[in-house]
Amino acid sequence: MLTMPSVIKGGALMAAGLAPLLLAGAAAADQMVGAPEPWGLGLQAAGGVLKERIHDLNQLVFWIIVGITVFVGALLAFVILRYNAARNPVPSTTSHNTTLEIVWTVIPVLILIVIAIPSFRLVYYQDRTREADLTVQVIGRQWYWTYAYPDHGGFSFDSRPVPDEELRPGQLRNLSVDEPLVVPVGANVRVLTSGVDVIHSFFVPSLGVQRYTIPGRTLETWFRADRPGVYYGQCNQICGVNHWFMPIEVRAVPREEFDRWVADARRRFAHTMPDPQGAPALAAPSAAPITLADAR
Amino acid sequence: MAHAAHAHHDHAPGFVKRWLFSTNHKDIGTLYILFSVVAAIVGIALSVLMRIELQQPGMQIFADGQMWNTYVSAHGLIMVFFVIMPALIGGFGNWFVPIMIGAPDMAFPRLNNISFWLLVPAFLLLVASLFVGEGPGAGWTIYPPLSDSTYHPSPAMDMALFSLHLAGASSILGAANFITTILNMRAPGMTLHKMPLFVWAILVTAFLLLLAVPVLGGAITMLITDRNFGTAFFRPEGGGDPVLFQHLFWFFGHPEVYIMILPAFGIISHVISTFSRKPVFGYLGMAYAMVAIGVVGFVVWAHHMYTSGIDVDTRAYFMAATLVIAVPTGVKIFSWIATMWGGSIRFETPMLFAIGFIFLFTIGGVTGVVLANASITQILHNTYYVVAHFHYVLSLGAVFGIYAGIYYWIGKMSGRQYPEKLGKIHFWLTFIGVNLTFFPMHFLGNQGMPRRYPDYADAMWGWNLISSIGSYISVVSFLFFFYVMYVTFRRGEQAAPNYWGEGATTLEWQVSSPPPFHTFEELPRIR
Repeated sequence: MLTMPSVIKGGALMAAGLAPLLLAGAAAADQMVGAPEPWGLGLQAAGGVLKERIHDLNQLVFWIIVGITVFVGALLAFVILRYNAARNPVPSTTSHNTTLEIVWTVIPVLILIVIAIPSFRLVYYQDRTREADLTVQVIGRQWYWTYAYPDHGGFSFDSRPVPDEELRPGQLRNLSVDEPLVVPVGANVRVLTSGVDVIHSFFVPSLGVQRYTIPGRTLETWFRADRPGVYYGQCNQICGVNHWFMPIEVRAVPREEFDRWVADARRRFAHTMPDPQGAPALAAPSAAPITLADAR
Repeated sequence: MAHAAHAHHDHAPGFVKRWLFSTNHKDIGTLYILFSVVAAIVGIALSVLMRIELQQPGMQIFADGQMWNTYVSAHGLIMVFFVIMPALIGGFGNWFVPIMIGAPDMAFPRLNNISFWLLVPAFLLLVASLFVGEGPGAGWTIYPPLSDSTYHPSPAMDMALFSLHLAGASSILGAANFITTILNMRAPGMTLHKMPLFVWAILVTAFLLLLAVPVLGGAITMLITDRNFGTAFFRPEGGGDPVLFQHLFWFFGHPEVYIMILPAFGIISHVISTFSRKPVFGYLGMAYAMVAIGVVGFVVWAHHMYTSGIDVDTRAYFMAATLVIAVPTGVKIFSWIATMWGGSIRFETPMLFAIGFIFLFTIGGVTGVVLANASITQILHNTYYVVAHFHYVLSLGAVFGIYAGIYYWIGKMSGRQYPEKLGKIHFWLTFIGVNLTFFPMHFLGNQGMPRRYPDYADAMWGWNLISSIGSYISVVSFLFFFYVMYVTFRRGEQAAPNYWGEGATTLEWQVSSPPPFHTFEELPRIR
């Protein structure tokens, strides 16, 4: 398992992971790639307003927790150096100090309030958008995604991962898909998630969005991509054998390009569009797993 | 025989009677600890296989994702139910609660016996399920529909669920036994407010078990009937709701994490006090902080479900409640440091593990504060950040508590003292290994690596490699622990009754090492 060639292969894979970043940089200066970086430490770069606000809050909380950890570490270092048996052979007998105990109860409460206030604000902001520019429906399936555009004629399509052997230059292993979810830059996208088989999770870190797709339920959330680019995500709730291989790719493009893509998609996926005379049904049929369950 | 038993009151029964039909709290405690060590070998072996797989991108040694999922699930379930709980509650709890409160034994010795022996078939069922059909590959959280018969048709999942039932029954019986013992069998003069903190910890833990585990029992019973008898508690196509299971599971699951850490809190308090040669600072605050953690621990469960579509107001409530838990936890951390403050500290191995515990539990605690924020957890939920967080509080928290307890009490339990130098080497090996394993996981989580993935985006490679190397060091430290124990039992010095000296004040230090088969022929009086 741990032979030299495979390690070298791993290195090559890592280099390949870097390539699209460079390519994207060459193609368009403001084209963003929302993907993990080699040896990355912090959160993925922000591609939209939700993620920016998460960054701000995370920054605040991060410095607070670093401060607390350093403080506790320093206290420990001090007592270790100052009160070891060699330097302090006779222990004190103090075992109470009401003032101190009140202080270390009240100060943490104040710190938590400092964290909680912006956090509450963000939680409500993240919840849903009141001015949605468009709606996309996300359906998690074993093991691919179905995206539907109810505001654009109701076409829908499946988005499947690209197997390793079919990867083209610039595509990311385990992250790229054949048909990405396309949204206009700067548009508030209402996301409705639902499930048909098991629970999956629609998770795009660089856009700051995540919701489970649960059979029998429709959940609402939203995101906005403020910069054109490609934002990658992965299924984030254990869902069976290929849980690790159902990535998400979101492409944010300018409005005109989006309109051209919609026109093209309506033609390509015309067979998925509901009958204009009939009820405005959403997305693809979801009977298959139920049949399976009944058949048992 | 009857005559002999009568004549030698302290004579232990023969092997079968003593170890298979045992009713003696110390023997049952020993059985629990041995069981936990055996389970730890299996649980750690699974984790190393997982780290070998994750050492580099691509599929290495696992056949497919399902095999991976079953290993992940089994690792979690084994570590929670068959390693940490038996060691801390069944092992140290049985050994030292009766002695510390001056009781002759547990209240229900035979119940105690069956509590232990239910665990053995439970463990065997779970391990066997790995070899049946597709295995129990739905994570330790066993969310339906994935755990339902459509997606896990073989009996493997049923075996895992029955295993949880047995382990749960064992826990509930044990909890009832501990509560009865602690409330009714304290020696004259030992009021609740004079009880050692380890006993407080076990008391709170037992109440958590008694209230939380039956909810798990109910949930998995519904899951079993959904799987086998056509009910639809969690099946949307029959009017059920998959999210209901998540609520039930986490109503158990969140108190469960405190069930695992509270006994470790108790042990750490004793160790810090002993090696600082000072009484615990703020005793009442320490005791009631644990009670507060136990109470609040019951009303925060849905912070595991921020992305399950619960209402935004509900999320806001659970966020606030979760942040509150940081306060009593902070009280404990600061009280431990205040106990050391002004002390005369010696750095024997148990103390090293205790200091390590304080610092690493602080790290695990503050990342918990990050995760409490539903707003941030929107992108950290189910990532390696969560994996890092709960391994810092469990693998570095609870496990450090177990090691601290073993080194603190091994002389008491076995009559032989461990070799100090080897103990220190073991501590540093473990400290380096586990930190190297779990610290990089924070970075992976920040970068968005989902948990339960056998293969990952290539950019995640670097930190995964470091983490795997760390896990190999941890395994070496685990093997080294066996060597330390071997040396202890082969060549360890005879331990005096109170080998830690004046800092050790609880009742177990008043009796010989090891204590006589029947600890107290006469009840001690506590002034």
